[in-house]
Amino acid sequence: MLEVTGLHVAYGGIQAVRSITFHVGAGETVALIGANGAGKSSTLKAIARVVDAAGGDIHFCAEKISRIAAHEVIRKGIALVPEGRGVFARLSVLENLRMGAYICDAAAEVAQDMETVFAYFPRLKERARQLAGTLSGGEQQMLAIGRALMSRPKMLLLDEPSMGLAPIMVQKIFEVVRAVAADGMTILLIEQNARLALQCSQRAYVMESGEIVLNGESAKLLDDPKVRAAYLGE
Amino acid sequence: MDILLQQIINGLVQGSIYALVALGYTMVYGIMGLINFAHGEVVMIGTLVSITVAGSLIEAGMPVSLAGMAGLSASVLACMALGWGLERIAYRPLRNAPRLTPLITAIGMSIVLQNLAMMIWGRNYLTFPSFLPKIDFELAGANFTAIQVIIVVVSATTMGGLLLLVYRTKLGMAMRATAQNPAVASLMGVNINRVIAAAFVIGSALGALAGVMVGSYYEIAHYQMGFMLGLKAFTAAVLGGIGNLAGAMLGGVLLGIIEALGAGYIGDLTGGFLGSNYQDIFAFVVLIVVLMFKPSGLFGEKTGDRA
Ligand SMILES: Nc1ncnc2c1ncn2[C@@H]1O[C@H](COP(=O)(O)OP(=O)(O)OP(=O)(O)O)[C@@H](O)[C@H]1O
Ligand SMILES: [Mg+2]
Repeated sequence: MLEVTGLHVAYGGIQAVRSITFHVGAGETVALIGANGAGKSSTLKAIARVVDAAGGDIHFCAEKISRIAAHEVIRKGIALVPEGRGVFARLSVLENLRMGAYICDAAAEVAQDMETVFAYFPRLKERARQLAGTLSGGEQQMLAIGRALMSRPKMLLLDEPSMGLAPIMVQKIFEVVRAVAADGMTILLIEQNARLALQCSQRAYVMESGEIVLNGESAKLLDDPKVRAAYLGE
Repeated sequence: MDILLQQIINGLVQGSIYALVALGYTMVYGIMGLINFAHGEVVMIGTLVSITVAGSLIEAGMPVSLAGMAGLSASVLACMALGWGLERIAYRPLRNAPRLTPLITAIGMSIVLQNLAMMIWGRNYLTFPSFLPKIDFELAGANFTAIQVIIVVVSATTMGGLLLLVYRTKLGMAMRATAQNPAVASLMGVNINRVIAAAFVIGSALGALAGVMVGSYYEIAHYQMGFMLGLKAFTAAVLGGIGNLAGAMLGGVLLGIIEALGAGYIGDLTGGFLGSNYQDIFAFVVLIVVLMFKPSGLFGEKTGDRA
């Protein structure tokens, strides 16, 4: 479904991503793990066209998307939940969700999708009229994921949904990620928390200073001694 | 007593005009952090376009009120095009430049527009065709005219409409989202360029309306009139908290009233040393006081949280 070939991302002189190639199949959950600064976010940003790729190609559903405008990406069916959540702090929870449905014009569909999101995250329904900036970090992450779902995407890109959250909140968020995946969503998941990422994905890629150094089935990587030593702290 | 009421009425009228112009500054600032110093010149061009169009239609024998409406429409359209063009040509290429660059460009554009207007309309004062009936009213010893009532009513209605647009429509929601986080708004499918252009176009339309009203109020216009009007409207925007719509509205009206009261009483205050022709100093005293004691203005968010 998503094919990334030879992707380069550079910021001025800094090579953040050096020619990586990977793919995500329809219905798969694929994890991208690696240490701080490995280039994971840069990879997602290049796919979402927030930054320009310095080289390489990105195809989605057999269509080349590496040169389209940033605001067109979501219309192709890709929704990014950015690192740090990026909720609109001075819009209400409802308005944030409506922003997620910005590309949908049918009010009935939007209302229906909103109910779906509230079913995943009942907490958001309780907070519907509150300004997003007043939500807790975990609630903001729920909102960011819910907002991404509002566009009826074919694929979700999640950038560190567990960042800065208490374990109990991480659990809640990942329950929903698993439920969304079980409902057929294709997911590319970035995580610092490698164990968690490997536990809820089918396949994974390991990045190190801009390159993919390992890849394979998540279950196998969980047992791999190198991965255990470098990323699982054993 | 009646001078107090009289000056409050005068201030309300002038303040409504400041408010409309201030909205143009504040919308653009709110969405992209730019102080569009050329906005006063857009207002000036709006006034002059309406004089030319309405004047020549009246000369051609069109009924005065119709010609006035035509002049207003022409002015609004011309300013919308001008605002759009300014953003497209002068500011968009500088979107990622350091903050000072677009600011200097804005000052440059204001000079360009002023000179352009001088070349088209000349250096002389132009008289504004009076297309409104001269009716006077009296209330508790204070006098006011039909045009004053019209200015206040039209401004209030327009501002109400703007609030509906910004808080009740999808475009308005996209504008608020873009103001807070343009990168994420574009992830949601918002075409940032269009939203920014919309802020310029809407602000310019409000400016044109203000320009036509200020022209018909004083019945006089000039290619330099945008400078002082723009500066005062900017002061009003800062007073209300730049970037905040309600702030611009309130700031405009407050500034108008402060100025009118100041003009009414400055003679008494200074023992006759300064006359009402010094009324302009009040706006700048307000600006300095706000910048010193509450730079975020009445309704402004804390600085740094511009987003
Ligand atoms: N806007 C930028 N300008 C310059 N350098 C950048 C920029 N964004 C990222 N980088 C650099 O690119 C490299 C990769 O950054 P990236 O954010 O992709 O890493 P990451 O794998 O997501 O890390 P983390 O786990 O900490 O989020 C880093 O060295 C970073 O300093
Ligand atoms: Mg990152």
